[in-house]
Amino acid sequence: MSLLIKDKDIVVPGEELAKGIEYSSGYGTYKDKEGIVASKLGLVNIRDKEISLVPLSGRYMPQRDDVIIGQIEDISFSGWRVDTGSAYSAMLSVRDATSEYINKGADLTRFYDLGDYIVTKILNVTSQKLIDLTMKGPGLRKLVGGRIIEVNAHKVPRIIGKAGSMVSLIKENTNCKITVGQNGLIWIDGSPADELVAVNTIRKIEREAHISGLTDKIKAYLEECCKKNE
Amino acid sequence: MYNNLKLHIINCLNENIRFDGRKNDEHRKITVEYGISKSAEGSARVKIGNTEVIVGVKTEIGTPYPDKPGEGTIMVGAELTPLSNPDFENGPPSIQAIELARVIDRGLRESEAMDFKQLCIKEGEKVWLLLIDICTVNDEGNLFDASSLAALAALKDMHFPAFDGEKIDYKKKSEKKLELKEEPLSVTVYKIGEKYVIDPTNEEEVFVDSRLTVAATSDGTICALQKGGDSALTEEDIDAMIDLSIKKTQELRKHL
Repeated sequence: MSLLIKDKDIVVPGEELAKGIEYSSGYGTYKDKEGIVASKLGLVNIRDKEISLVPLSGRYMPQRDDVIIGQIEDISFSGWRVDTGSAYSAMLSVRDATSEYINKGADLTRFYDLGDYIVTKILNVTSQKLIDLTMKGPGLRKLVGGRIIEVNAHKVPRIIGKAGSMVSLIKENTNCKITVGQNGLIWIDGSPADELVAVNTIRKIEREAHISGLTDKIKAYLEECCKKNE
Repeated sequence: MYNNLKLHIINCLNENIRFDGRKNDEHRKITVEYGISKSAEGSARVKIGNTEVIVGVKTEIGTPYPDKPGEGTIMVGAELTPLSNPDFENGPPSIQAIELARVIDRGLRESEAMDFKQLCIKEGEKVWLLLIDICTVNDEGNLFDASSLAALAALKDMHFPAFDGEKIDYKKKSEKKLELKEEPLSVTVYKIGEKYVIDPTNEEEVFVDSRLTVAATSDGTICALQKGGDSALTEEDIDAMIDLSIKKTQELRKHL
């Protein structure tokens, strides 16, 4: 009935984290006969007797209600197939894409063309990892202009920050429009110099995601960058 | 989105700030390592940013061409390995691979970088064949410059294997090096919109309108040209691209 590791330790898959039934198993861990075992490489997070892991690497795992940025990879009769940046592609059906009336056999590229990026929400993920998407909701749209960068999906919570604090900090300091998808794709649009600051800041957050007090550090970094630009 | 992104890239190039913060005429960080392979007679690894290319030089003994009985020869091959880019596939060399090899080959050959007579062992019967193999380890754009640099570095690194007149002992290297009269290097200048760019990343390479590879010797003499891409180039374009390219080859030489 004891903990075998400390909070914020780095553990590897198969490592025993706790014995007995005192603790419950959270994300990135599983229970076996003896206790709780890690299933991923990551940082341990212990909160109220629940042990979970913050993975250090790995692909994005689609989850219901996640807002992600996807790229149209195929157009069929009834909708669009979307690359989600995970191992599974998703389906956006015409019904969920627009409230407009669409004639049978209409040209669907009018809405979303091959290669377009969209901000979309995951409606449902089946046990077979079939993903349904929707475009109905606030902020869900086709992305026009700007550029897309890819980051580690597990660092997305740090990039967004508490209640969006980190990303609004970047937005305010760089005057860029930024949309962060849970799948690690980030859309940025602004002037070339501003965009560069935004990209560098995001990369810095990605690199230093495990450091505490990151917000202050990033604030200082952004101020320094903006001074240079002026 | 494709057209959108192209406009966005051109917009950035017009302000001379690229997506990764470089200027239009700036290379990424370049490193050159010599002698990375035990089995090759000469080898080099070149990294330009995250683009990585290794080149190995192997020697063989063969018969000379009937019209050049006193000269050996070089052969350049390129392999675009699937591990370096998801678009590359196994199998016979693709058009890109053939072009890459030919551009490097022509740079070396037309600059008369080496006297092929030094490769002769017995006139009309035995000559050295130099097999220069380019292997991409990671393609993040600009394989042309990386391969050119790596090929030259590998040739500079090369020692002939021990040869007793009958057999080659590949396990022993002789003191004999390859004599290079010239050191040709090429820099490819890309045109995106109205701007000239060097050392593009994958992202930029997609939107390239045309490109011009210029191989030059150390004193800036042009020895080979190769034009690629769909768009035409005007006379002014070519002049400007050649000037930029030669300037950049001189900078690349510092890394050798």
